[in-house]
Amino acid sequence: MKDHLLGLEYCSKQEIEKILKTGFSFKEVLSRPIPKVPTLRGKTVVNLFFENSTRTRISFELAQKRLSADTVNFSASSSSVAKGESLRDTIRNIEAMKIDMVVVRHKSPGVPYFLTQCTDASIINAGDGLHEHPTQGLLDIMTLQEKFGTVENLKVAIIGDILHSRVARSNIYGLQKLGAKVALCGPPTLIPVHAEDWGVEVFYDINEAVAWADVLNVLRIQLERQGSGLFPSRREYAQRFGVTREKLRKVDKDITIMHPGPINRGLELEHDLADGEFSVILNQVTNGVALRMAVLYLKSGVGS
Amino acid sequence: MEKQNYLAEIVDANGMQRTLKRLASEIVEHSGGAENLVFVGLHTRGYPLAVRLKAFIKKEEKIDVPLGRLDVTLYRDDIHHRAESLEMQVTEVPVDIDGKIVILIDDVLYTGRTIRAALDALVDMGRPAAIRLAVMVDRGHRELPIKADFIGKYLPTSRGEEVSVKMKNIDGEDGVYLIATDD
Amino acid sequence: MKELNFKPAKTLLIKNGRLVDPSTNLDQKVDILVRSGKIEKIGNDLNADKTEVLDATGWVVFPGFFDMHAHLREPGQEDQETIESGCAAAIAGGFTGLATMPDTHPTTDTRSVVEFILREAGKTMADVTPVAAITKNRRGEELAEMVELFAAGAVAFSDAERSLGNIRILRHALDYARMFAVPLIDVCEDAALAGEGLMNEGVMSTRLGMHGIPNVAEDVVVSRDIHLAEYTGTPVHLAKISTTRAVALVRDAKKRGVKITCDVTPHHLILTENDLVTYNTNFKVKPPLRTQADCNALIAGLKDDTIDAISTDHSPHAPEEKEVEILVAPFGSTGLETAFPALYSHLVKTNRLSLERILKKLISGPRNILKQPVPALREGEAANLSMWDLEAKRTFSAESFYSRSRNAIFLEKELSGVVKAVLNKGKIWQP
Repeated sequence: MKDHLLGLEYCSKQEIEKILKTGFSFKEVLSRPIPKVPTLRGKTVVNLFFENSTRTRISFELAQKRLSADTVNFSASSSSVAKGESLRDTIRNIEAMKIDMVVVRHKSPGVPYFLTQCTDASIINAGDGLHEHPTQGLLDIMTLQEKFGTVENLKVAIIGDILHSRVARSNIYGLQKLGAKVALCGPPTLIPVHAEDWGVEVFYDINEAVAWADVLNVLRIQLERQGSGLFPSRREYAQRFGVTREKLRKVDKDITIMHPGPINRGLELEHDLADGEFSVILNQVTNGVALRMAVLYLKSGVGS
Repeated sequence: MEKQNYLAEIVDANGMQRTLKRLASEIVEHSGGAENLVFVGLHTRGYPLAVRLKAFIKKEEKIDVPLGRLDVTLYRDDIHHRAESLEMQVTEVPVDIDGKIVILIDDVLYTGRTIRAALDALVDMGRPAAIRLAVMVDRGHRELPIKADFIGKYLPTSRGEEVSVKMKNIDGEDGVYLIATDD
Repeated sequence: MKELNFKPAKTLLIKNGRLVDPSTNLDQKVDILVRSGKIEKIGNDLNADKTEVLDATGWVVFPGFFDMHAHLREPGQEDQETIESGCAAAIAGGFTGLATMPDTHPTTDTRSVVEFILREAGKTMADVTPVAAITKNRRGEELAEMVELFAAGAVAFSDAERSLGNIRILRHALDYARMFAVPLIDVCEDAALAGEGLMNEGVMSTRLGMHGIPNVAEDVVVSRDIHLAEYTGTPVHLAKISTTRAVALVRDAKKRGVKITCDVTPHHLILTENDLVTYNTNFKVKPPLRTQADCNALIAGLKDDTIDAISTDHSPHAPEEKEVEILVAPFGSTGLETAFPALYSHLVKTNRLSLERILKKLISGPRNILKQPVPALREGEAANLSMWDLEAKRTFSAESFYSRSRNAIFLEKELSGVVKAVLNKGKIWQP
């Protein structure tokens, strides 16, 4: 039975905890003088990126190289997909070259699941449309565990465009399974319908979210959303929902700031807050490699 | 017929204490003192053994030998053949091993594959002056050209048998046992 | 895809079948003698010398069904369906008649396309009635030549799968159509509100990360069309409604005497948004599968005759179009072959609707809307009927269809009710 990582909605608490624990072990490996182990020698991993994402791809690629796997990168722009080849044909072709794992990013939700139906390789979801981005969710939780010891009863407010965010969905599922409390904050046009069915709090006032939260996970605002009438202007968004020192000063507590990157400085996050004392944004990036090593290791079929 | 396990005590608690003491002094003597030593205990039973050896040296030489632990899972050559991904344990080597004499410590030396993996892992951590191997029991059946430098006891065994090293710091008792099945 | 091999039905004695026909309140085990394409005699223990006998013991005999919403793709996309293969699928599903939607290439907006469809249909076993476009190229800008299209044989007008966005053009079309008193068929979805939606907007769309199509995208158009039907006095037919609110709006309008009719598909009665959990593109349909509450409201609408007909919305798509990621897959499922078994298994056997009610909505409901003659199991009538073994079960596989396409929403589902024979136009088909 092949083991996939399609989304945190489908993972048990035990499975998430095992991945996180393994992630911390790999963090130690990364601190060694030679931060590389031979574990996945002989395994071939394809990074199938139908959507551009330099950061996630580099993080996965580094994780693969540090595990000594052979990696191939396939991006839509350089491939036959642009010429009209179907996804099924693409994956069948790649599979004929004998691969063990596929890391896939696609703008259509459900593509990782679709791939499990047409190939025998293990599938790792690196982001599917608005659906899930499980490794980002896991590395966010790992970063919080590192800082707080546990995420149980921790209050995490996710700020921004929840509607279009796979990062938000994976965070919600993962955090809730580990006992954290989650709130969403953004303009109503960017909060999905029935969000309350997730058992989250919803704030339309960021000051309330800040007062409530221990952690703010600030999402990137895609600038093209403004054109589709979801909010009037950058200016109004930044004033109402941007995370600023002034808004943080109103509450007398330490608050942790996360961001999955890339940051629109001055829009969703005030310029120097990203580098300030509250920020764990670079820890997220560092942990990303270790966490992805853990996922690759656990799902690589070293078992079969 | 149901298989029946039987147990034979090979080394008792007193014997174990004497053996550990001898191993500790051999290590110090062979290394020309304890100053340049680093102990690395393997998971799972090499590490508690290393703790015991370190205590003897502290008592005799008044020197705190740096002690690390090593999980070789990621370096195993049989990792692709196992039924399930192995849970990884903590690896920590608290000092720079460059130029040191590293004493790799494990409970039982058998095929040599674990030691091979451990050597690879140590080499990735630095360039020690030497790596030596200390084990409580050498039970034979090597599959690789590896031998121990310090041995508590040679114990000829058959492949069907198992050797169990108990330590009072984790098991509540000291002793070496041979476990065999009757077929 | 399979070939439908039918042959002329000479003289045939159908023995021991259970005849069920809601239009004549018939439900009894009785024999039928068919001669020269007509029902010559119905009676007990009929005997006829030298006559071919069809033993229908254990079978039911219904008048032929009619699907008022089928996309046969010809002319234009013959790789997906042809008039011949679509009619074969219809016959294999017990549908002896159907209305073809005008979203062909070229659009069914000229006399020549209507005549082409009728000519091709003449070679098949099914009665085909073309629905022509309301506007040229279904662009919603200029009216098609409706008088000529009507004269050529169009039975209704629709811009198929596109609701008229320009409400002024719709008003003109309704006024113009008063000349021939045929209904305008509207598919109720506000394009702007539906946006990039892939499925029902709700809990599941949020969970699955898909943009949603809200109920209100349908409800506002239903409401608008009712107002216009009332104002202009021209009959409007709302195709494949799917929401609780739409049923309520139509119910109220009918009470006021508005000339409004509507239909629903089998899948909107049976399946819900939860079925999209595996991102199976066969479940990507328009309108989207809604919730169980909506299914219940639609069933209630059939019970009190708010909903007049069940249509299949047979929408064939080539595998290379449909077996792709859900974001780019086209909307639609085939339905002619699976419709009755699905309805029988999920609604009749579970006692949610009576067999009689289902039959009315498949036989007389759609034909009355399109002013087509309703077949009956009565002496002197044309032999237009289908025979079924309702106890037998079958699972439709991708290879089992007469349709050229296999994008069936009920694919690989075990269903009760296996067709045994169909008679129409003096011909008989047996699987």
